[in-house]
Amino acid sequence: MTHPENAAEFLKDSQKAKWHDETLWFVRDKRDKVSKGIPEWEQLRELASGIKDNVLANLADYLEEFERNATKNGIIVHWAADSEEHNRLVLEILQQQNCTAVVKSKSILTEECHLNPYLEKHGVEVVDTDLGERIVQFLNQPPSHIVLPAIHLKKGEISELFHEKLHTEKGNEDPAYLTQAARVHLREKFFAAKVAITGVNFGIAETGEFVVCTNEGNADMGVHLAQVHIACMGIEKILPRRKDLGVFLRLLARSATGQPITNYNSHFRSPSSGKEIHLILVDNGRTAQLAREKFRNSLKCIRCGACMNTCPIYRRSGGFSYNSTVPGPIGSILSPGLDLKKHSSLPFASTLCGSCTDVCPVKINIHEQLYEWRQEVTKTQGEFAKGLSMKLANGIFKSPLAYKISGSLMRNALKSLPNSLIYHPLNIWGKNRNLPDAPKESFQQWYRKNRS
Amino acid sequence: MSSREKILSAIRSLRLEPKSLPDIPHFSNPGNLEERFTQSISGNKGEVLSKSAFEEWFFAAGFSKVISLSVQFSELATLSLPEDPHALETLEVAILEGQFGVAENGAIWLEDSQLGLRALPFATEHLVIVLDRNRLEETMHQGYEKIAAAHSGFGLFLAGPSKTADIEQSLVIGAQGAKSLRVVLI
Repeated sequence: MTHPENAAEFLKDSQKAKWHDETLWFVRDKRDKVSKGIPEWEQLRELASGIKDNVLANLADYLEEFERNATKNGIIVHWAADSEEHNRLVLEILQQQNCTAVVKSKSILTEECHLNPYLEKHGVEVVDTDLGERIVQFLNQPPSHIVLPAIHLKKGEISELFHEKLHTEKGNEDPAYLTQAARVHLREKFFAAKVAITGVNFGIAETGEFVVCTNEGNADMGVHLAQVHIACMGIEKILPRRKDLGVFLRLLARSATGQPITNYNSHFRSPSSGKEIHLILVDNGRTAQLAREKFRNSLKCIRCGACMNTCPIYRRSGGFSYNSTVPGPIGSILSPGLDLKKHSSLPFASTLCGSCTDVCPVKINIHEQLYEWRQEVTKTQGEFAKGLSMKLANGIFKSPLAYKISGSLMRNALKSLPNSLIYHPLNIWGKNRNLPDAPKESFQQWYRKNRS
Repeated sequence: MSSREKILSAIRSLRLEPKSLPDIPHFSNPGNLEERFTQSISGNKGEVLSKSAFEEWFFAAGFSKVISLSVQFSELATLSLPEDPHALETLEVAILEGQFGVAENGAIWLEDSQLGLRALPFATEHLVIVLDRNRLEETMHQGYEKIAAAHSGFGLFLAGPSKTADIEQSLVIGAQGAKSLRVVLI
């Protein structure tokens, strides 16, 4: 299914779609307000972008430095070229521990690698411990937003789900009540788990430590109770120096949800005595993206989700319409690099208004890259229907007579075309749009009458 | 070739043009740090309170399971720090000492030496952090300057209680971790 087809599905429930649109805009608005409180905001974005430029230009050296220091600290470092290898490594560690139930905090990387279904296939129960992620896991759905995983659901739906899964009172939709039920359920899982899996927000080359940020404290609840911590990290998450965290932690939560910082920002340097930390460095297409000069910048992304909250298309089409682990504008420039054929409609899921670029805390030129991907898609997929109409237009504009005739034809056509033709399923842009009223005469005719 | 070699050589074969690492300038945001810190904590849904207000709350609640690693409040402890963090499951209150706080966002820095057990500030039902009011920094930049090269196996910037807004964006305090944060400025 293409993005427009999925979006149409989402828009069928117009009330919910409206709520989705307004709620995400509210988050965007919070981001604006909190960022205005920082006089050096723009300078911080510039710095963050510059630091990431340096990281990407020296990535191999930084990865080696990071590995060396992490190893010195007692962290066991693994490397995975692709998702299969990543998943295999995780399973091997679990098997060494005889672990058949694992708790996992939010990690877009493990979603990207489809770790959950892989582990489940091998007899391991995976419990996602972020509340939103647990909700979508109960529904067998992926997250629809990278920061707000269950933003596509209303509390009535969650109430029904929790009634079924956690035996909460039927019809009780109070978010505090439902959260408390999830708390009891998840704390039981935390206290029982031998191994905990987390993602990584930042890995520091200079110290070999890595940082994980959450508001719920679920990553820490998992890892500090478990015997073994497995941290899964994309190779682009490196920062050179500890002090760079000052820049990035000031930007991350403010951009993501409009908070000044996430409530828990944990710096893992060495395991507690008698425990283990494993860190898996994952490529899975990142070196390929690094090689694409026009799209290299997309690797600066710190997964704040600001581009989603601001995007007029994302807000009105929902995360699932992208059919990609990372949805929204940033997903639409990352995913085509992984599978251009599957994700060919994503670069077109944009008005190119540039709002994503304006809010990006690391100044990725998202809308320009979307435009560039469109060129790539067109090149690989050959002639589009659109290409044909362009050729037709080219013929019309070349001949003055053809132009005149076609103009008068169009003015009449706009009046008399049946809606079925304009709002044809092939004409995606006809959806939810009305044609303008056609003028009675052409500009030439008007000029002759009024000015000559 | 191992995946490690494969990844590193794939990156090196690109021969990317070097880009210099920017210096981070000195960002300063002076003013009444205590007032700003208090506002930040309350924005994060925690509470800053005086020693007497804290004691009033504490004694009125009548807790029976309390761990205190703060010398200021050592007499409030009813339990000593266990060896196994699983014993923290029913802990009601943990009282810890923070190293310093950051005014711009309320983040408080704690390391292994303040935590005793890393699970402690998360697993407890209520968290109390005792902080010297003279140890407040302006921004995260000053915060990291202060930490500098200090070495701890685990370090944490903690800024509030466990919270979530995953159900229809309604803010709920007390997701999986501590249900409240009280910061006692002394």
